[in-house]
Amino acid sequence: MHDPASVGAVTAQTAEFNTPLQFRSGATLDGYRLVFETYGELNASRSNAVLVCHALSGTHHVAGHYEDNPRDIGWWDNMVGPGKPLDTNRFFVVGVNNLGGCHGSTGPSTIDPETGRPFGPRFPVVTVEDWVVSQARLADRLGIEQFAAIIGGSLGGMQALQWSLDFPERVRHVICIAAAPKLTAQNIAFNDVARQAILTDPEFHGGDFYDKSVVPRRGLRLARMLGHITYLSDDSMAEKFGRVLRSGALNFGYDVEFEIESYLRYQGDKFADRFDANTYLLMTKALDYFDPAHSHGGDLSAAFRGATANFLIVAFTSDWRFSPERSEEILKALLDNELDVSYAEFKTVHGHDSFLMTDPHYHELMRAYFQSIEL
Amino acid sequence: MYQGTRHRAPAIVSRPDLAAIAEWVRPRAKVLDLGCGDGTLLRYLAETREAWGYGVEISEANVLACVRNRVNIIQSDLESGLSAFESASFDYVILSQTLQSMHHTEEIVREMLRVGREGIVSFPNFGHWRNRMQILLGRMPVSEALPYQWFDTPNVHLCTVNDFETFCAQHGVRILERRVLHLGKEVATLPNLLGSIAVFRIERRD
Repeated sequence: MHDPASVGAVTAQTAEFNTPLQFRSGATLDGYRLVFETYGELNASRSNAVLVCHALSGTHHVAGHYEDNPRDIGWWDNMVGPGKPLDTNRFFVVGVNNLGGCHGSTGPSTIDPETGRPFGPRFPVVTVEDWVVSQARLADRLGIEQFAAIIGGSLGGMQALQWSLDFPERVRHVICIAAAPKLTAQNIAFNDVARQAILTDPEFHGGDFYDKSVVPRRGLRLARMLGHITYLSDDSMAEKFGRVLRSGALNFGYDVEFEIESYLRYQGDKFADRFDANTYLLMTKALDYFDPAHSHGGDLSAAFRGATANFLIVAFTSDWRFSPERSEEILKALLDNELDVSYAEFKTVHGHDSFLMTDPHYHELMRAYFQSIEL
Repeated sequence: MYQGTRHRAPAIVSRPDLAAIAEWVRPRAKVLDLGCGDGTLLRYLAETREAWGYGVEISEANVLACVRNRVNIIQSDLESGLSAFESASFDYVILSQTLQSMHHTEEIVREMLRVGREGIVSFPNFGHWRNRMQILLGRMPVSEALPYQWFDTPNVHLCTVNDFETFCAQHGVRILERRVLHLGKEVATLPNLLGSIAVFRIERRD
C-alpha cells in the first residue's frame, strides 16, 4: 500500500549525550540517550527545521511507518508528510522521545550505569524545562541553530511555549495547540488519581518491578481509562457509544455490559501493553509542575516578557481538559507583550483529542500557517 | 512582524472606506481591526503605513483568509467584548462596516474607546437618497453599500450620518474627523443625503 502523502518507511535514530544534565529538581544525569526521527531534508541555510513535541503518551514516531511493522503508523501522520499541513517537502521535521520516556530515550526502564539496575523510581523527576534543554542539545547535534517552528499539542504545546521563554533566539514560530499555561486543581486531581492507581498496584513494587518480571498492569489500565475519559467529550461519547449494550440486554452483573466499558477496557489494555508505569508517573508530574508564571509572581504576561517568537494558539470548543479559556490565558499574555499571535478556536466534538483528529478547518489553518512561514 | 511585504498589495479599491481609514492612520501605529474580514485593511496598513496589530474575526473562513494574508488574527466574538485587550493599548481601534451588524452597539463603541486611544468607524449611510427613494417606493433598500435583501441581511442596527452624530453626542464620544463618501469621492454638500458611506474618527470625551 503506497500512500503518496506519507513519509513512507522511517527509521529511528539515536543520539548519545555525555554532558551531564542538571534537572530542575537538582538531580543530575551524567549521560543520556535520545531517540528521534526526522522527515524531509534540512535545507542548506538550516532554516526549515520544525520540532514536534509529544504529549503524555506520545513518542518520537510522529509520521510514516516502520519497514518491519507497516501498521505502526506515526501518531501525527495526518499532520506531517509530503503535501500534508506540516509539509515534509518544505520542512525538515524532528520528532523526539522525551527524556524519561519508554520508547528508547533514557528513562526509568534504562539501566542506571552506577547501580547496574534499571533507574525505576530513582529516575529524576523531569520537568518541561528539562525537556527543552535536552531538546536544544539534540538540535545542536543536528546542526539546527534556530527552528522555523516548534509545534505541540497538550503537554507538547507546553514544551513549545517553554522554548519561546528559554531559547527565544532559537525558535521563530511557536504553535501551541489544546494546551494551558498551567494545570488547574481539577487537572492535577485527575493526574493524582491516575498516579494513585499505579502507585497502589501491588505489582508496582515501589517502581522496582522490572527485575520482578511483573508489570503494574491494573494501575496503568485504570490510569489510562481515567485519562481517556478526560480526553473525550460527553457529546462524542454519547455519539460513539450512547448506552448501547454489548449483548443487547442487561445482565445484572459486573462484566462488560455497555459499549463504553468495553472501549475503555480495550484502551486500558492496549496502553498497559506498551507503556511504562514509571514513565506515566513522570509525565503527569511534568504536567502538574508546568507553570511559567510561577517564577514571576503568578504573572503570565511577565513570564513572556522575553519571548520574541510568532505564535499560533489553537483550541477546541469541546476540549474540557484544556478548554479554550485556558488558551485565551496564553493569548492574553502574548497580547500584553505585543507579540505576533493568532488565535483560532475550532468547533469540534472530539474533546481534548481533537488536536489529533483530521478536522478539515483545523488542518487547513495549520497548512496556511506553515505556508506563511518564510524560510 | 509582518512578513508579507514582498507580496502583491491587496485590492483595496473596492472598499473606498478602507482607503479613507488608511489615510488617517499614523505611520507605525498599533491597530486593532474589529471584524477585519480577510485582513485586507491590516495588510494594507502594514504595507503602506508600517502599522502593526491584530484583527478580530468570528468566522472560520475569515480567520483562515487572515492567516493566508499574513496578518495576526484573533478568533473571537465581538459581542462578548474585548476583555483580552488592555485599556489604551492601541493607537486605533477600527470598526469598518461592522457597527451595523452588531447587536450591542453601545457596548462595542464603549469598548473600542477603552482599548484604543482613538476609534475609527465606517458604516453605510442609511440616509442616502437612494435608500430614501426605495423606502418611498415601498421597498427595503438594496444598493452597493447595502447589498442584502431584508431577509438575509446581517445588518441589525442601520443608521444615518445624523443618527451616528447624535449617538456620539449622547454617549460621551467626541468626533475628531468625518468623511462621507459616495463612489469613492468625498461628499461635501448634504452629506446625509448624498453620501452612501460614512467614516468617523472618534475618541472618548472625558
